[in-house]
Amino acid sequence: MRFLNLFRRRRSAPVARERLQILLSYERAARGQADLMSVLREEILSAISKHVTVERDNVQIRMDRGQAVSTIEIDVAIPHSAGLLLAAGS
Amino acid sequence: MAKVLVVTSGKGGVGKTTSTAALGAALAQAGQRVAVVDFDVGLRNLDLVLGAERRVVFDLINVVQGVARLSQALIRDKRLENLWLLPASQTRDKDALTEQGVGSVIKELRGKFDWVICDSPAGIERGAQLAMRFADAAVIVTNPEVSSVRDSDRIIGLLDSKTEKAERGQRIDKHILITRYDAMRAARGEMLNIDDVLEILSTPLLGIIPESEEVLRASNIGSPVTISNRASAPARAYTDASRRLLGESLPMTVPSDRKGLLDKLFGRRAA
Repeated sequence: MRFLNLFRRRRSAPVARERLQILLSYERAARGQADLMSVLREEILSAISKHVTVERDNVQIRMDRGQAVSTIEIDVAIPHSAGLLLAAGS
Repeated sequence: MAKVLVVTSGKGGVGKTTSTAALGAALAQAGQRVAVVDFDVGLRNLDLVLGAERRVVFDLINVVQGVARLSQALIRDKRLENLWLLPASQTRDKDALTEQGVGSVIKELRGKFDWVICDSPAGIERGAQLAMRFADAAVIVTNPEVSSVRDSDRIIGLLDSKTEKAERGQRIDKHILITRYDAMRAARGEMLNIDDVLEILSTPLLGIIPESEEVLRASNIGSPVTISNRASAPARAYTDASRRLLGESLPMTVPSDRKGLLDKLFGRRAA
């Protein structure tokens, strides 16, 4: 079993190949135009900040670029005081 | 008809200068008149690899600015009378190079040589773009390693958009030169193999230069590997690549210096 694991660990080239294929298909598509994920990130953030004041530090953004599908995950910590502001404003 | 060839890669340290020197010398050995031009302003090294570092008087920027004539700045190789070097400046920065100035130097070189080989600086900025600007063909030096392959892909994108030829709607001839290849490690799946790299970059292959101690030895003594040890594996690989540049069709092999069992037992060395 250990022997098999050792053998498997050595074959890192297929991993390199797959990572490159995903990365480059993404980078080629994005060449010369704005990065869709970055545009989405900025627009979502500005949409949120229209309603609540959030510190940039309280926003966690995770992206995962896959071959067929990419995901963007935005985690915004909204302080309670912001909720009060929104209630007062409406 | 002169051919302007840029040797480029994006990533640093993959072997652009070594390959420029080795291919230039191999073409000169085949009777071609060759000028190798160092575009790495501020970090010149082609002079050192060619063993001409003590003979540099004028440089590319002096010629671009009209301080020196091209014939004054060109340095003839001491071993090959067909091989000439136009060194980069060691002191001035890259902004001293203008597109117009580089264009007129390249045009003048075209009139005197069969091959003008431009050794690009690393990166994708101005210096690298000027080195490729007037090229007819490109050699993209790539190591079988993820960051090098990614950067080669970026450079291919630039070659197809930022060169004069591309802007005129023509195609620049692109060739991949794989350097530091270890066939044993690739066979064991520890290193990207040739097919992986070619498939990812979808660009034809010019040659495969095996990882070899001869390459370091050649730069230590200031001689292109195609002059210092013509029988060595990397020299044979570079010579094959140069013959392909001249239009020959050769089977693609990875030359090897691997010694036979008897050589190992008796520690015999190649002369």
